[in-house]
Formats: sequence, structure tokens, C-alpha cells
Amino acid sequence: MNQRQIPVAINGRQMLVNEGTSVAAAVTMAGEPCRYSLHGKPRAALCGMGVCMECRMTINGVPHRRACQLLCAPGMEVVTE
Amino acid sequence: MSSSFDVVVVGAGPGGIAAATVAAETGKRVCLLDANPSIGGQIWRGLSSKTTRDNRHAGQFAIWSARLANSGCTVRYGVEVIDAPAPGRLRSESADGGDEVAFEHLILATGARERFLPFPGWTLPGVTGVGGLQALVKSGLDIADKRIVVAGSGPLLLAAAAALKDAGASVEAIVEQTPLAALVRFSLAALAHPYKLIEGADYRRRTLSASYRIGWWVTRANGQDRVESVTLINGRKEQTLACDWLACAYHLVPNLELPRLLGCSIRAGYVAVDFLQQSSVPGLWCVGELTGIGGMEKALVDGQIAGFAAAGNLAQARALARQRRKWASFAASLDRAFTPRPELRALPSAETIVCRCEDVTHRDLATRRNWREAKLHSRCGMGSCQGRICGAAAEFLYGWDAASARPPIFPAKISTLQAATRSAAVPVQQAKLHPEPDATSSGI
Ligand SMILES: Cc1cc2nc3c(=O)[nH]c(=O)nc-3n(C[C@H](O)[C@H](O)[C@H](O)COP(=O)(O)OP(=O)(O)OC[C@H]3O[C@@H](n4cnc5c(N)ncnc54)[C@H](O)[C@@H]3O)c2cc1C
Ligand code: FES
Repeated sequence: MNQRQIPVAINGRQMLVNEGTSVAAAVTMAGEPCRYSLHGKPRAALCGMGVCMECRMTINGVPHRRACQLLCAPGMEVVTE
Repeated sequence: MSSSFDVVVVGAGPGGIAAATVAAETGKRVCLLDANPSIGGQIWRGLSSKTTRDNRHAGQFAIWSARLANSGCTVRYGVEVIDAPAPGRLRSESADGGDEVAFEHLILATGARERFLPFPGWTLPGVTGVGGLQALVKSGLDIADKRIVVAGSGPLLLAAAAALKDAGASVEAIVEQTPLAALVRFSLAALAHPYKLIEGADYRRRTLSASYRIGWWVTRANGQDRVESVTLINGRKEQTLACDWLACAYHLVPNLELPRLLGCSIRAGYVAVDFLQQSSVPGLWCVGELTGIGGMEKALVDGQIAGFAAAGNLAQARALARQRRKWASFAASLDRAFTPRPELRALPSAETIVCRCEDVTHRDLATRRNWREAKLHSRCGMGSCQGRICGAAAEFLYGWDAASARPPIFPAKISTLQAATRSAAVPVQQAKLHPEPDATSSGI
């Protein structure tokens, strides 16, 4: 399968992902949690469908975006919360 | 870009697609809205006309997506409906900002989410939903050679396990909490739907390398910053399995926020509808998982009925009555079979988090009298998921009615909210729900 690769920056680290990859999937593959809870514990995607909000993070400067609902786009900057 | 339609359909899963398609084919001006970046809902997620991989559901998707494309229906994706600010209007948000759409008739097909029940370790990264992990894999997560335990309850366990295995994972075990006797009763009832049994058997055949543990359940997930293993029990024996992922959820619960906001009456956990799928609010139909968790086939039948009814084509709507009954009874038998067992109420320890958004523990909640008091004193359910996850857990653990439907039903930008033209709340007029006329008089 010849899939197009897209460059994204996750917490400042450049990586290539296949076209069609959600931001939540990319962050998980980068080995990062999506956010830290009120008590400082790492959290990651739970529902995968936009209802639990565990995957919220800052995407292209906009905070609290649901990463499981957004596809990676070339040059996207993702910062986990 | 405010606009107006004869029929607006919210949710582009099988239910919404079927409803929008038949209404548009009847010549109505129809708009189909969905929050996802593409149509298909949960079951057809990630499929597209280019999908070449063998997929059981791809055939139906190909048929319906082609019909939808030729129906003249306006389709908008990436649009989340967040409010109903005035009668006949919905407010939405997308990457382009806030918007409003006006409708004559409204069909809701917002589907379901998984039921999550708290146990020690369920907040560790690597613990996900069952359909949740499947959705992440459909959106590009690589799980090749990862060890996965699939647990919880419901037909989704086998379907997801098969899909995860196809994606290259090593499925270590499938852990179904339902007792064997209940599963046997369900299978006998499902003989009325032989094709569903064959589908289940096929999923099982594709996952034969994984042990299928019926009557077992997860008691805890273990690990430091990520799940490393999972402990299971069957009431007598306990066992711990090493894993990279634990996918665990207990069947599905409907997304009732929008129907509730619009005033639809709810009965036994689902939107109450008449034999043409009309809710207690005149001119508002609900279909698919909202009226009973019954899968794609039920959603397609309900959707067509509502689409025909909303377009005024009652004869065609009525012609599907027998199929509607069949799938409604299938949904009821699923609910009976996959009810969480009472032992699951004892899983959370005092420190186990129940509300993940606000880090509220079982200790903080167990002494509260009801959902309202819990919210007031602990902020449970007041975080960004608005009680979508902890609400279903609190209903099961504490027996509370944890319904919530305050606008905006999803977090929205201030600019979107400010632009809303909200009219004073008017009590929603409720219609009497007519039972199905008997088959002889309905002209079938
Ligand atoms: C995570 C998950 C995975 C599943 N996987 C399978 C599977 O593999 N096989 C299977 O047989 N069944 C699966 N199911 C069951 C599935 O619910 C049904 O089979 C079927 O998809 C139901 O169709 P539906 O039309 O009722 O709802 P859905 O297919 O759930 O569609 C609902 C749609 O409504 C949209 N929506 C909801 N609220 C809003 C809003 N406010 N604004 C805009 N859009 C909104 C959602 O984005 C979604 O696309 C899964 C369910 C879940 C929750
Ligand atoms: S994983 Fe639940 S909202 Fe994204």
C-alpha cells in the first residue's frame, strides 16, 4: 500500500504519519499521553469517538481540541495538555 | 451560512443516512449533518468508496453512500450540533465557526457510546473502550504485534477482537462478563436472526487463537504510567494476563443529550417512539441506537421509516413495520443478555476515580444521595465531558438518574455561543405516542 506520509510536530518533535491518521492515533504512536489529569496523572484516548474528552490537546494553537476527531494535516503543531 | 430545509437529519451513521436518503429521494430538501470528518457513523467509520479491504459491512455502505450521493441531499460533515436555540432551529459549530440551520422536520440519529464502568486502573493510558480501540485503529493507530485483552460485555467484543486481529494484534483473551446461561438464552432468541448468529460465529472463528472467557470480568488494570497487565476473575478463580492494551466497555448507551434538549420523552433508557419512529415531540423522529441498541440493520430500517414518514410517505413507512418489530425485539434481547452483573458494583476502591474530568473518586460519591447533590459537592459530571462517561457509571454504581442536557451539549467557542439567537424557553408540546395499529389494519 502506497500511502502518502504527512509531517506533523508533536510536542516539538517532528514525525511522519500516514494520511488519514487522527491526531490521537499519532500522539499515541509517539508514546505521549494526551493530557495530565487534575492530580497530574497521565491520561490517553478512551472512547475514540469524541465523547470522553480525554484526548483534548492544543492543536495549531487552539486549546482543548478533541484529537480523536481531527485528522493530521501537513505541518500541524500538536501540544499535549 | 444560515440555511433552511424541509428535513434536517443529525448523525450520518446508517440510521441517519437511510433517513436522509429516502426523504431526499422523495423530493424533499434535506440536510444531513455529522460531527465526524466523514460520513458512516460508528460501524462504517473509515470506509470510503476507495475501500478495497474485505469488510463485512462495506457492501451496505457502498449501496447507501451511492444512494445518498444521488439523492440530492445536502451533506455537511465536521459540523457538531450543540444547541437548539429556538423552535425549528439548530445551532452548530465547525472549523469554520458557528452556524444555524432551520428545519420543518427533524430526524435525530446520534447513535450510541460505550458504557464504561470504573475499576482500579481504568484511567491508565492503554485502557480504552472496545469500539474505542477499534476506532483508534481505524484512524491509523498501529497495533501490530501488540498484546490486547478485549473485555466487558456485548456483541462488540467479538467484532472488535476480529478487527484488531486483522490489524495485526495478538488478541490474548476475550473476556465476556455475561454468564454462560444468559449467553445461551440470547443465542436461542437470536435464532430468529440467523444471519446475526453467523456473523458472531464468523468473528469467533477469526479469533480462535484467543481464549473466550464467558462469565469472567476485569477487576483491575495494573501498571505505572501505562497498563502492563490485567487481573480477571470469574467469581472463584483470579488470573493476571500481561498486555499492552486493555479494551474494556460494557455494551452501549444511547447519546440522548440532543433528544433530551429538544424535549423528547425517554422510556427505559431510550427515546420513546411510535410505530413510525416519531418521538413525543411532533415533527421529531428518532432512529437507530437512540431507540434501542440493535446495530446497523435496525438503524437502516428505523431510518427509512422516519425518512418516509417525515417526507409524508406513510404507506412506504408502514410497509417496513414487520422488519421494525423484528429488529426492536433483537435490540431488547441484546439488552437483556448484556446487562452488567451486580458484582461490577463492588469493583471501585475508595480511591478509584469515577469522574475522569474532575478526578472525583468513588469515596467522594458513595455517600451522596443523588446526582444533583454529587454535582454540587464534588463537581462530578461538571467537567468537559458533561457527565457522558461518569453519568452512565453513576447510574449503574449508585442507581442515580444522571441525565444531563444543558446547552451547549458539546464544548463550543465563546464566539459560537454569543452568536446564538436564543428565544425564551417554551414548554415543548408533547404528543401522545400511538401504538402500532395491528398488522391487518395497517394494510401490509
Ligand atoms: C465506538 C463504537 C464502535 C462500534 N463498532 C461497531 C462495529 O464494528 N460493528 C457493529 O456492528 N456495530 C458497531 N457499533 C454499534 C453501532 O452503534 C451500530 O452498529 C450502528 O452504527 C448504529 O447506527 P446509528 O445510525 O444509530 O448511529 P451511529 O453509527 O453511532 O451514528 C451516529 C452519528 O451521529 C453523529 N453525532 C452524534 N451527535 C452529534 C451531534 N450533536 N452533532 C453532529 N453529529 C452528531 C456521530 O458523529 C455519528 O457519526 C459501534 C458503536 C460504537 C459506539
Ligand atoms: S478519545 Fe474520547 S473524546 Fe477523543
